[in-house]
Order: sequence, then C-alpha cells, then structure tokens
Amino acid sequence: MSTEITHGDVHEEHHDHGPDKGLMRWVTTTNHKDIGTLYLWLAFIMLLVGGAMAMVIRLELFQPGLQWVEPQFFNQMTTLHGLIMVFGAIMPAFVGLANWLVPIMIGAPDMALPRMNNWSFWILPFAFTMLASTLFMEGGGPAFGWTFYAPLSTTFAPDSTDFFIFAVHLMGISSVMGAINVIATILNMRAPGMTLMKMPLFVWTWLITAYLLIAVMPVLAGVVTMMLTDRHFGTSFFDAAGGGDPVLFQHVFWFFGHPEVYIMILPAFGIISAIVPTFARKPLFGYSSMVYASASIALLSFMVWAHHMYTVGMPVAGELYFMYATILISVPTGVKVFNWVATMWRGSMTFETPMLWALGFIIMFTIGGFSGLMLGVAPVDTQYHDTYFVVAHFHYVLVTGALFSIIAAFYYWVPKWTGHMYDERLGKIHFWWSTISVNLLFFPQHFVGLAGMPRRIPDYSLQFAEFNAISSIGGFAFGLAQVFFLYIVIKTIRGGVKATDKVWEGATGLEFEQLPSPPPYHSFTVAPQVK
Amino acid sequence: MSREQANTVPRSQLAKIILVPILMFGFGFALIPLYDVFCDITGQNGKTGRIEASAIDESGVDTSRTIEVRFLAQTNTGLPWSFEPVVKTMQVHPGQVYEAHYRVRSSSKDKTHGQAVPSVSPGLAAQHFNKTECFCFTRQELNAFETRDMPLRFIVGKDIAEEIKEITLSYTFFSLDQG
Amino acid sequence: MTFDKLPGRWLASLSGLISVLVAFSAQAEYELNMTQGVTPISQEIYNLHMIVFWICVVIGIGVFGAMGWSILYHRKSKGAQAANFHESTTIEIVWTVVPLLILIAIAIPATATLLNLENTDNADIEIQVTGIQWKWKYTYLDEGVTFVSSLAQESRDVMNSDPTGHENYLLDVDKPIVLPINKKIRFLFNSDDVIHAWWVPELAVKQDALPGFINDSWAIIEEPGVYRGQCAELCGKDHGFMPIVVHAVGEDEYAQWIAEKKAEAAEVAAMAAQEFSMQDLIAQGETVYQANCAACHGPTGAGIPGAFPAMTGSAIVTGPIDAHIDIVLNGKAGTAMAAYKGQLSDVDLAAVITFERNSLGNSVGDLVQPSAIKNAR
Repeated sequence: MSTEITHGDVHEEHHDHGPDKGLMRWVTTTNHKDIGTLYLWLAFIMLLVGGAMAMVIRLELFQPGLQWVEPQFFNQMTTLHGLIMVFGAIMPAFVGLANWLVPIMIGAPDMALPRMNNWSFWILPFAFTMLASTLFMEGGGPAFGWTFYAPLSTTFAPDSTDFFIFAVHLMGISSVMGAINVIATILNMRAPGMTLMKMPLFVWTWLITAYLLIAVMPVLAGVVTMMLTDRHFGTSFFDAAGGGDPVLFQHVFWFFGHPEVYIMILPAFGIISAIVPTFARKPLFGYSSMVYASASIALLSFMVWAHHMYTVGMPVAGELYFMYATILISVPTGVKVFNWVATMWRGSMTFETPMLWALGFIIMFTIGGFSGLMLGVAPVDTQYHDTYFVVAHFHYVLVTGALFSIIAAFYYWVPKWTGHMYDERLGKIHFWWSTISVNLLFFPQHFVGLAGMPRRIPDYSLQFAEFNAISSIGGFAFGLAQVFFLYIVIKTIRGGVKATDKVWEGATGLEFEQLPSPPPYHSFTVAPQVK
Repeated sequence: MSREQANTVPRSQLAKIILVPILMFGFGFALIPLYDVFCDITGQNGKTGRIEASAIDESGVDTSRTIEVRFLAQTNTGLPWSFEPVVKTMQVHPGQVYEAHYRVRSSSKDKTHGQAVPSVSPGLAAQHFNKTECFCFTRQELNAFETRDMPLRFIVGKDIAEEIKEITLSYTFFSLDQG
Repeated sequence: MTFDKLPGRWLASLSGLISVLVAFSAQAEYELNMTQGVTPISQEIYNLHMIVFWICVVIGIGVFGAMGWSILYHRKSKGAQAANFHESTTIEIVWTVVPLLILIAIAIPATATLLNLENTDNADIEIQVTGIQWKWKYTYLDEGVTFVSSLAQESRDVMNSDPTGHENYLLDVDKPIVLPINKKIRFLFNSDDVIHAWWVPELAVKQDALPGFINDSWAIIEEPGVYRGQCAELCGKDHGFMPIVVHAVGEDEYAQWIAEKKAEAAEVAAMAAQEFSMQDLIAQGETVYQANCAACHGPTGAGIPGAFPAMTGSAIVTGPIDAHIDIVLNGKAGTAMAAYKGQLSDVDLAAVITFERNSLGNSVGDLVQPSAIKNAR
C-alpha cells in the first residue's frame, strides 16, 4: 500500500503553514477545520437566538391569558423558532461536524472542494440576517408556521414573506453546496485502504444524508419559487381560484419535509455509533446492518411524506399506504437502537460526559420514536394531529435526539480539536441539568396534547394551565443550561488539561490513532495507513 | 509533499452530483402534473371529470340503483354575487344524463367575473362523476345586477362503487377581479 | 459526581416527578390521556391508542431494561471485562422480524378503524361546516338553518387580564351547534379563506376545511352532553380563538331547537323591514363590531399597521357609502377581509356600517337602513 498518493502535477506549496492572522483568516479560509469551527459557532449562535424565541413562547404560555405578546407576534415567534432551529442550528451544526470530522476520519487533507466550502458557509449569515430582519418590517415577519402552508403563506401572508422566500433559497443553496462537497470528499479523498465498508458510521450516515440533501433541498427551493410566482406573477399553483390546489403545497412541502427529518437525525446515529463503542470498550455491534438500516431509512423517507397530512381528506387507499410505509420505518430504526444496546451489553462501560449524552440520546430518542409510531397509525392520528402530542414527539426527536447528539459530539471530539480536556465536572452538571429540565419541558406536553391542546396557540383553556406552567419552568431551566454550555465551550477553548492524542482509552479511528491533539492546521498531508 | 492538488474530483463525477439537485428542482415542478394524475386516480379533493356529449352511451342506464346528488354553492371573498342551486337535491340513476341549474345574481353596478371550482365528496365518487356541460368550464362574466341560470349536464358512471349512495357536488365561485 | 450515586438520583427525580403527577391526577377532572369520547369511532380510536401505547411500553421495558442492566453490571468500575462479539446474524434477523410481526398486529385493527372512519354513507343529517378567519359557520342542509358561531364575549373580556376562575375560558361560543344523539351526522367541511381544521375530541372528528374543496367526516353521538373543541390548523392571528361547542340532545329537544332557529331567522328577516334610529344602529353596531371586526381592525379602530388597515379615517369608511357596504358584504379578494353577507343579518350589517362611519373617531353623519343592505345583497 502506498503511503503517498502524490500523482498529478504537484506544486511545492504552503502545505505546512499555519492560518492567516486576524479577521480575514475567517473570511477567506478554505481550511476544513476553520470552516467547521465557523459552522459550529453559527449553529450555536442560532441555537441561542432560536432558543430566545422559544423562551418568548414559553413565557406567554406560562399561564392562561395574554400577558406578554400579541397573537400575531406569537405566531412569528413559533415560525422563526422552527425555521432557525431546523435550518440555522441543527443542520449547520451537522455540516460543521462533517467539515471537522469527515477529512480526519477518512484520512483526507481537506474537503474536496475547499473554495465552495467557504462559499457555502458565508451564504448563511446573510440568509439568517435577512430572515431575522423580517421581524422589524411593517406587517411583521412570517407568521404561518415553519411549514408555511398555503394559502396562509401566499395570499394571506405579510409583505416580508418575499424576504423569507429568498432566505430559504439561500439556505437551500448553501446546504446543497455543502452536501456536494461531502459527497465529493467521501467518494474521492479516502486514504488508501479506507474502503467504504471500513468507513466510520458518522461518515456513512453523512454520505447518505448528503444524498438526501441534494435530492430534497431543490424541491424546497421549487416550492418557495412556486409561492413567489403565486404571490407576484399571477400563477396559481396553490390557489383554487386559478385551478391550483392548496393541498398540493403540502404534498410538495412534505416531499421535502420528511426526508429533512432524517437529514437531521442520520448524522446523529453516526455520532452515537462512534461514542457508544468507545465507552463500552467493545466494537460496534452489527456495523453492516447499521449501514443498511441507515440506507433503508433514507429510502423509506421518500415514501411516507403524506403521514403529515392524514386530516387533509386523502383517499382511504392513500391513507392506508402511507400508514403502512410509515410504521415500517420503525423496523430499521429499531435495529439501530437494538444494536447500540447490544454494543453496551457485556462491555466495560465508563460514563464520561459524552457517554452520558449518548445514553440520554438513546433513551429519549427512543421515547420520541415510540410517539412517532403512535402518530403513524392513521386513524389515531385523527386525535393526535396538530396537538401538543406532536410537539412533544418532534422535540424529543430533535432536541433530545439531534441536539443531544451534537452536544455529545462536542464533548467527545473537542479534546481532539483543541487539545484541551473540557471540565468533566461541569460537563456532567450540564448533562444532568439539561436532561432533567428538558423532560420537565417536553414530557408534560404529551399529556396536554392527549387532553386536547392544539399546537401553535398563544393562549389555552384553564385545564391545561398546570402542565404548561411546568413545561415553561423546564423550558427556562433548559435555556439557561445552554448558556452555561456556552461558558463550558469558551473555557475549554481557552485552556484546560492537556488531552492525550488518543483522548479516550477506548477510542478508535484515524483521528484518534494517527493525529495529535490538536491536529496540525493541515493534517494528513501524507496519506495515513489504514489497517 | 502536498496532497491538496492530488485528490482532484473527477469532472464527470462532479457534473453528475451537480446534475442531481438541478433535476430535483425540476422534479419539484413535475410533481404538479403528477399530482393531477394522482388526483384523477384516487379522487383526491373530488376533482370532477369532463367528457364529450358524443362519448356518452346512454343505452345501459342502471335503474336498479338510485343515488342522491346534493348540490352546494359558495362564493369566496370579494365576489358580489349570490349563488345557489335551483334544486338542492336530485335522485339519479347511474348511466343517465341529467341536467341541473345553478342561479347566480350580481349585486354589483359593474361588470364582474368569477370562476367556479367544483369539488365532489366522497372522493371516490369524483372519478365517476362526469360533466358534458358546466358553467365551471369557463369563466363567467356578469353584467351589473344580472341574474342568470347556469346549466350543468352530468352523468354518474355505471361502474361507481356499490356502497356509494350519496354524492355531494360543491361549487365555489372565486372572484377574478383583483383589488 | 460519580456515577455510583446515579441510580439514587434517578429514583429521587423519578419519585419527584411521580408525586407531581399524582398530585395532578388527584384533581378529579384532570385529563392525562386521550378522551374515550362519545361515538363508536372515538372508542375504537381510544382502544387502538392504548394498544399501541402498551406495545411501546413493553418494548420500552425490554430495551431500557437491557440497557439498564448493562449500565449497572457491565461497567468498568465493577471490573467488567469487555467481550468482543460484534455481530450475530441470527439475533439481527430476530430483531428485524419480530418488530415486523408486531407492526402487522397493529396494522390490522388500524386498517379496520380507518375504513370505518372514512365511511360517511347513509347519514341521517348533513351539516356544512365552513371555516372563516376566525369563526365557524354551520349550515343544516336539510333544514336550511344557518348561523355563525364565534368565541364567547366573556372569554374576550378576560383574555388580557386574568382568566382564572372563568370556566370554559376559550372553549365557549356565542351560538353552539345542537345535534341529536344516536343519529348519523355527516359533516361537510370547506373554508372561505385559509385552511382550518374542525376538531372535537369527544367526537373523534378532525378534518381540514379547505378553500375551494370539500371534505367530509361523520359521527354518531351516543350520549347527551356538551362537547368542546378547537381549530386544529394554524389559520392566522386568532387561530387559538375559534372554539367549537356541540350540544348533543335528544331528538325532541333537537326538533324544538330547529324550530326555534327557524323562528328566529324569520324574526331577523322581518326586522330588516323596519327603520332604525342612528342611536340604535350605533349601539347595536358597537356590539357587532367588537365581535366581528375588532380582532383585526382593533377595538378602537386603529388596525395593525402593515397587516390590517385602520378604521379611523379610512378612505372606504369615510367615503361613499355604497363602496363601504360592498366591501363589508363581499369582502376583498386575496385579503383577510371576509364577506359578511353570509355571516351577519341585514340589521347587524346596517348597524355595524353605521357604527363605523359615526364612531371610532369617524363622523361621516350618514346611516344605512337594513332595507338598503337587503337590496345590496
């Protein structure tokens, strides 16, 4: 096996210099580590911004009656909270992790298309500034929910909707460019000997996610383009008056929207599949079935979109089909959970902070999976649809699922990135604080949902008061915990106990076995040996 | 030695990857005709069919079955018309052509324009509910304070499912005059 | 903090949570679970919900039990040595096939319930339900009875202060819908503007109301009572303020109610022939305005800049009266301004238009009589 793959015309150039100094380093950087860091910071800032909006929501819902905000502003908060968390926090965080990790996991010197990488990041701050600026426009920002159903988002929408549409276009372009980069990197830049079936699962799940992204983000771009032409150019895609159909909007939106759900969870599966074996000191159980399960989840995600629409009056045959396909997804998802448990079984487990977050993920994601199965059963969804039960479900999957995995990934890899160990005591406090408060926040929402509280309402009848108060208290505590996390992050970057190169006793993979902590600015300039 | 220039992405592969999002953008738009096909097959939203009068074979009227057709009418915002069916319900045999009327009256002192959108419930009946003549085929123009009876000729297909005993036909008139 | 203390912590927090829950369920009317409802379908749905719930609980106990066992016993601090197994085709096939069988077991009753749910044939009574931003309009198709139902004034009054102690806050309406028990009622849904969804949990009916298209659903109510629901699809600013109240009554009482409604309608129609004084119209108009117009145009007519125009000084309100009547009657296409001709009586329309022209900071000085509204319809 060759240790060098320097064929082609090689320029003797700056492969071992450090980063530029000052602000321009970050503006012009094409280094995957820098760009990864930028993405992660953007995601964190967006998490805090979207979180602040969630605080407004929980404040208004703390007790019955309208105390703090007007209903129209409340709707803007729920809309922007959803959009910012999905497109601004979770997705960029995963792209940031991919940027940092994919090259050092597969033994590549950088991403395949570094200049495009720079572009795909720097589009985002503009997109989100534009989105947030709609709040200050006359008529307010988008107030039609993150799913922006027509005609509320077309004929009945505020003028600022055009800026929302353009912002979504920019986010879509950024995501697609990021995904193209990931695919090109994984397909072409693997070190010799790193066959596909030797790749860490994080790389695998990201490869599948990237294919989902390039397949569905353009559909989202299409649907907002149709909105734009409906609003200004006299088309009527979604307007019954001109022969269109508002239900068509929901079909096209969810054709994007359901794969989007898996875009936000597949990389999380990869992270957990890296962390659990490390701290169980035992290889991942069922590696190949994990790969196949991820791929089949991705394929199935294209065929189940209308389970978000059981109440629109679909034909019975359609509802039956979507119900069967939907509950089928729990099979590969179940395989994953079983595999993680089997990995722990007869291991030699320790419980450092990343493992705590990973265990929290497995338990609470599974709870979200159970409510997902319940929601998939079409006739029962008649009672669940658009209630707080749904809100509880997708927050279990996205907060204690996706977000917990991102935080787990931070604690797991930050010693490698910075060369400093985080403060173990603070990390554990962060975990227990977050876990207790997040359950206080979202678990009662199952009950109010089942008892009949619709989602997206700024005020509710008295029987829901107690659980909403508990939920709000949990929400404030969880919000505060993430400010505490900001302190931990900064503390870790500025200093701490020196991390070893291997970081964790049970760690495996190129990034832990063949790179120092922190890795040099340009790593794997010589291809590593893959056993 | 630098590997940065070595691992270049093959152009043909990159072109393929870039082609995917471009095609999928187009696919988003292609979903619209696909959706219409889907609606036709499944009866989603009760979009009704249109057939030519010459294509009707009235030889096999199924007098053993009677289906009640109920007519509904709404006007959407901005249209100064009153709009209602002349008869509210009708008993029909599958396979026979019937004629019904809707009455529309403008209370505007100007010319006004509207487009009627049909919808049939249950959805499974829609694909068997065909019209040879309908005021919803074209846009309607009403002069100031004009009253008009608008005809509708329809046939319920003989192959309509046995369990369907009632059909609701609804028309919503939308204004075509902006502002 | 060491992990050894954790089971204790878990138990402490768990028992804390349980005591909180027990405290709430002790309040008799407190609901933690889905309603069983009062229709055959709602009962079926409830049973199916509980079946799937218990299946999840059992799987959860298995998965979390195995995980908990590993966490407790297969830990390094207890000297556990890691095994090295990492695959087993048999076991992987087992945990693919067994869930599949469980899913089939769920799908069979679910299919039956769904088919039942969608069967709206042979209804005794048909009612058209129209969603309007932000109220519901009901039309009894066989009886010709039609009315608009919106949030009760009492809820509006306490909304911005403290609603505590107001029973049925946000769940009460001015005109409830009355339905007979033990009859198959078919609901036909549509909308005048955006998408709404009509949901009454006890009836297990939740169906979207779409602009331009009709949907249907059905219910047989088996017990008399008052059942409350809400809109379940985000439909704009006051989505949270368009409740539904169903009074299920015996057949006689239902017939009596229908007769009353018809008499009431005749009375309202007769009133349209009368002449009213400016004062009477303004007094009546204020009530109508606060119930129907204030949500957007504001209680004082200030509107919401950029979203909903002000009434005070408005060109339409202070301009020619015909144009004012036209926009109130027919609404404005492509905006939230609804057509009120189907929602309000001639008297109410005349009153509210007169009120708008001579109050809210306007003083045009003219008035409109119900007879003029009747002619403009």
